[in-house]
Amino acid sequence: MAGLTGRELIASRCAKFFKNGDFVNLGIGVPLMCVNYLPEGVDLWLEAEIGTVGSGASPKWSDVDVDVIDAGGQPASIIKGGSVFNHETSFAFIRGGHVDAAVLGTLQVDQEGNIANWVIPGKLAPGMGGAMDLCAGVKKIIVATDHCEKNGQSKILKKCTLPLTGPGCVTDIVTERCYFEVTPEGLVLRELAPGYTVEEILACTEADVIVPDGIGFME
Amino acid sequence: MLSKVVTKEEALAKIHDGQTIMFGDWHGEFAADEIIDGMLEKGVKDISAIAVSAGMPDQGVGKLIVAKRVKSLITSHIGLNPVARDQMFAGELEVEFSPQGTWAERIRCGGAGLGGCLTPTGVGTEIEKGKQKHTINGKEYLLELPLHADIALVKATKADTAGNISFRMNSRATNSTMAYAADFVIAEVEDLVEVGELGPEEIGVPAPVIDMVYVRTGEKKPLCPMWQRAKAKAEAKGAEK
Repeated sequence: MAGLTGRELIASRCAKFFKNGDFVNLGIGVPLMCVNYLPEGVDLWLEAEIGTVGSGASPKWSDVDVDVIDAGGQPASIIKGGSVFNHETSFAFIRGGHVDAAVLGTLQVDQEGNIANWVIPGKLAPGMGGAMDLCAGVKKIIVATDHCEKNGQSKILKKCTLPLTGPGCVTDIVTERCYFEVTPEGLVLRELAPGYTVEEILACTEADVIVPDGIGFME
Repeated sequence: MLSKVVTKEEALAKIHDGQTIMFGDWHGEFAADEIIDGMLEKGVKDISAIAVSAGMPDQGVGKLIVAKRVKSLITSHIGLNPVARDQMFAGELEVEFSPQGTWAERIRCGGAGLGGCLTPTGVGTEIEKGKQKHTINGKEYLLELPLHADIALVKATKADTAGNISFRMNSRATNSTMAYAADFVIAEVEDLVEVGELGPEEIGVPAPVIDMVYVRTGEKKPLCPMWQRAKAKAEAKGAEK
């Protein structure tokens, strides 16, 4: 999809990680937008924490079923072949390694794959919901985030300063400017968003960045 | 078969100040709304609540929090109830955060006679503070302790007179787990049927586990307040969803 920028570009790039048939958990916001950009021939089993396997698109108000809701309590649907479970089974899917990938938003992420997205002590304390379980149990944790805070400060750090949601669990970081793979050696710059240069990424990223030969472009 | 069907007053007679109460719901949806309203009217206070979230200010346990009837809450998320956040920061509401899967499993343990569970969730985070750590086959786990309550308030779609309850679609939410983890279990249901009408595969929690069945008298399956607001907003814009 040519010409995407910003959050649409993040969602589109994240969607390319998925294989047909993957069992995936998408956080609220940009992560959930991934479903709009799935490559041709890729169908997912979306998990909703309440206990749905095969969560579908949000329905029109005329089609709403009050007994079908998403993780945020909003009206939802269930795809053909989908199923419902109780809450603890939903987290058995997550911790038990059955969920292939999760896409999470974040406050901070760092070059060791640490993620901090649940609390700013004394300021913001919504609680961690299911994020810590996802970090503990899902093999592929994709962080979808703005590259910087509104004040220009990098969200991609050498070391997270906020309390962690999960240590060393992040495998990929996708921003509106680039895509980093998290490796044992550190963050590897794999792709640039159209219009960005390596120098610009290095300048707006606090983390150390490994610049390999042959960097691709995000789409 | 003994009938467990009661009036709201009979159900409320079991609920007192200072009890630990589990509220089955999902952000205040699929909650025992009429019994919660009854608790507000009766003036029940000093509740130690266990709920997956703080609900919303006008939904589920959130209503009791707004009315300052809740002194403590064990939960995974309060982001949809700003009143709960304000009370927490003001020191009026004691909040224990438990990761959602851990929270669910602690309740399961409480209902299943287990002394706790070992979970990888939270290892390497603040959540591990003060908890025992065990290494099993080379991997670290936290010991998380069971949760148990005096009362579980669960909401189900249907009940039969014997106390079997069933859940439609997502409505089991956190309700079915909590039904096992309290000394006394009150189920608020939308519809009552005769014994035998709910088939063996359809029953979500069996009769021996449920102590009382209260059948709603108000509107069946109302849109919750959050959805009513969202729908009104969509209609004002001429949008379909």
